[in-house]
Amino acid sequence: MSTESPATDAADRTGTTERLTLYRLQACPFCERVVRRLDELDIAYESRFVEPRHSDRDVVKRISGKRTVPAIVDPNTGVTMSESANIVAYLDGTYDDGDEAA
Amino acid sequence: MAELDFEVVELDETDHPAEGDEAPDFTRPLVDSEQWHDVALSELLDEGPVVLVFHSMDGAFPATYAWNEVRDRGWTDEVTVVGCSISTPYEHKRLIAERGIDARLFSDPQNGVAEQYGIVNDLDGMRGVAEPRPAVFVIGDDRTIEYAWVASEWPDFPEYDDVEAAIGAL
Repeated sequence: MSTESPATDAADRTGTTERLTLYRLQACPFCERVVRRLDELDIAYESRFVEPRHSDRDVVKRISGKRTVPAIVDPNTGVTMSESANIVAYLDGTYDDGDEAA
Repeated sequence: MAELDFEVVELDETDHPAEGDEAPDFTRPLVDSEQWHDVALSELLDEGPVVLVFHSMDGAFPATYAWNEVRDRGWTDEVTVVGCSISTPYEHKRLIAERGIDARLFSDPQNGVAEQYGIVNDLDGMRGVAEPRPAVFVIGDDRTIEYAWVASEWPDFPEYDDVEAAIGAL
């Protein structure tokens, strides 16, 4: 393992990877975009559904500093982030081992 | 409680799990004041005893009365209390906010948990709608049911003092 990069370690999905947490809103297309990528990359995650009203999403603000969804928490890397494009780029960079067709 | 001036419907016998039985496990969205996610009853029991309160759909007066009582008696300070009804997570969030409930509520619109517990209540005059009959199970952290109360008529309210004694005996 010492020859592998941390990113590769995080992508090791043989049972050592902890589930990510996804804060999402029902029927939110940006959230669905993240869900699609998580599924494509076969990443285990837990969904937490939050309040439609932006002003009532304090639970998201406490973890990410913003009230926007989607937001993810990745316990494997300690990363918490918002905005679907950022999240998808992060997932690709961390978990896409180029072998997703397998 | 003051004498109730309405028709009470006798319910049939049920075959629900009793004291000494293992509590059937289930996973449903568990709703708090801010969010919901899938949680198994067994996950809650891993952390300690649980009082599982089946109640009528959010907005019906028995649900309101029951949660006012649970709140006023302070059960949630003593033990993990969770509710379960056929209401959606959105309705649960509203009930939690309106009633100041310090408990989390399972959302089970298809009433499968009530089926598992043998306490289905088909609602007269609402075709296609069934919900759990009012019931309370006090469950030890080894998943054994320590106390069970299931309504024998509708509407009916938990024997709060008995539940409290069971909580005290945990």
